[in-house]
Amino acid sequence: MSIWQYANPVKFLSLSAKVQPVLWVAAGFCVVVGLIWGFFGTPDDFRQGSTVKIIYLHVPAALMAINAWFMMLITSLIWLVRRHHVSVLAAKAAAPVGMVMTVIALVTGAIWGQPMWGTWWAWDPRLTSFLILFLFYLGYIALWEAIEDPDTAADLTSVLCLVGSVFAVLSRYAVQFWNQGLHQGTSVPVATGGRTVSDVFFYPLVMCMVGFGLLFLALVLYRTGTEIRLRRTAALRARAGGNV
Amino acid sequence: MKALLVRDIKLAFRAGGGFGLGLAFFLIVTVLVPFSVGPQQALLGSIAPGVLWLGALLACLLSLDRLLALDFEDGTLDLLVTSPLPLEGAVSVKALAHWITTGLPLVLAAPVLGVLLNLPPAGFGWLVASLALGTPALSVIGTFGAALTVGIKRGGLLLSLLVLPLYVPTLIFGAEAARRGALGLDPATPLLMLAGITFATVGLMPFASAAVLRMGLR
Repeated sequence: MSIWQYANPVKFLSLSAKVQPVLWVAAGFCVVVGLIWGFFGTPDDFRQGSTVKIIYLHVPAALMAINAWFMMLITSLIWLVRRHHVSVLAAKAAAPVGMVMTVIALVTGAIWGQPMWGTWWAWDPRLTSFLILFLFYLGYIALWEAIEDPDTAADLTSVLCLVGSVFAVLSRYAVQFWNQGLHQGTSVPVATGGRTVSDVFFYPLVMCMVGFGLLFLALVLYRTGTEIRLRRTAALRARAGGNV
Repeated sequence: MKALLVRDIKLAFRAGGGFGLGLAFFLIVTVLVPFSVGPQQALLGSIAPGVLWLGALLACLLSLDRLLALDFEDGTLDLLVTSPLPLEGAVSVKALAHWITTGLPLVLAAPVLGVLLNLPPAGFGWLVASLALGTPALSVIGTFGAALTVGIKRGGLLLSLLVLPLYVPTLIFGAEAARRGALGLDPATPLLMLAGITFATVGLMPFASAAVLRMGLR
């Protein structure tokens, strides 16, 4: 038993068919409970008022936007090294989800920033890095769309993902150098070494983060399944000799 | 390799090679800026380093899709891939030729256009220095983008979409160095960062470009 047996599309599909209902229910439960708890079960912040509650959308979306790219990086590497089709299809499936997460983070950030900072947008390092991340997603998806041969497309997008990751990190530091920011530090305790958000707000936030993570997993599994079936249909059609 | 370099430069200079197009574009962008932001000398002077950097970057971008596409169409690229010359070397030479025919003229033209935009006198040296240091990185990164899109019909727009985000760090450090120079501040830090980016990309990107070309032409 190893994880590599799921490189076989049949095994992958049967496992994902089993796991998906659980994931969907768990994700739905976490997101709904987390959001309701966050929106109605927590007090208003004494300085920010009720606007603070957008944190339950903003932070999890931002978290998943970055992790989605990270996942794409890993699956792209696996494709380049071991040539498992499921792996690269998972990267392809994750890209639009990650992009939507980036957009959610940017939009909720703007809505939150307007009353708090008095501006929809500031050229702050974190905001700018996210905008650049969004551009990377856009380029990645566009490259997938543009190339007809699926294997070449997989190769080229994987290399783009690797090179893009390096440049995304570079941009992050360049942007930090370029302008000091308004945005506060991260709210994820693993990254800060300690808690920066008080417990009342923190537990529903964790719930939402877990929910978004599960939701992302479920969406990626679902979309990967779709991609695999699309491939199969194309293969069947090609075999039948019809014009594809 | 030398022959390839000479060939590429000759091709660029001769009719239909597109030499000078980048320069003309740079000039036009610079001329259009005062029309769009207004002719106040102080304002122009303060945005001049950034505008010149952006103009140079876009001019570089403009000539990228010709970099490999022409060779792809007439089959030269296939010969290069199968030739005993390492593809990494060939790609580096092509990037160098692109820099000589596009980047270098931009560097030389920038001070003249700086006069048009009322660049402060202290800024000229640093503008040229930052452009001279930064444009090789633009060429090398651009070659990677060109290699990615080489087999795609009408890949020009896609090329810009892929390459422009990769240009962000170079642009930030380059424009920052030029800006600090123009303001009379010490531009050493961004200039050193820019040099780091340039040397790293010149050293590493040809490998990525060559890998991508091999995949695309398989």
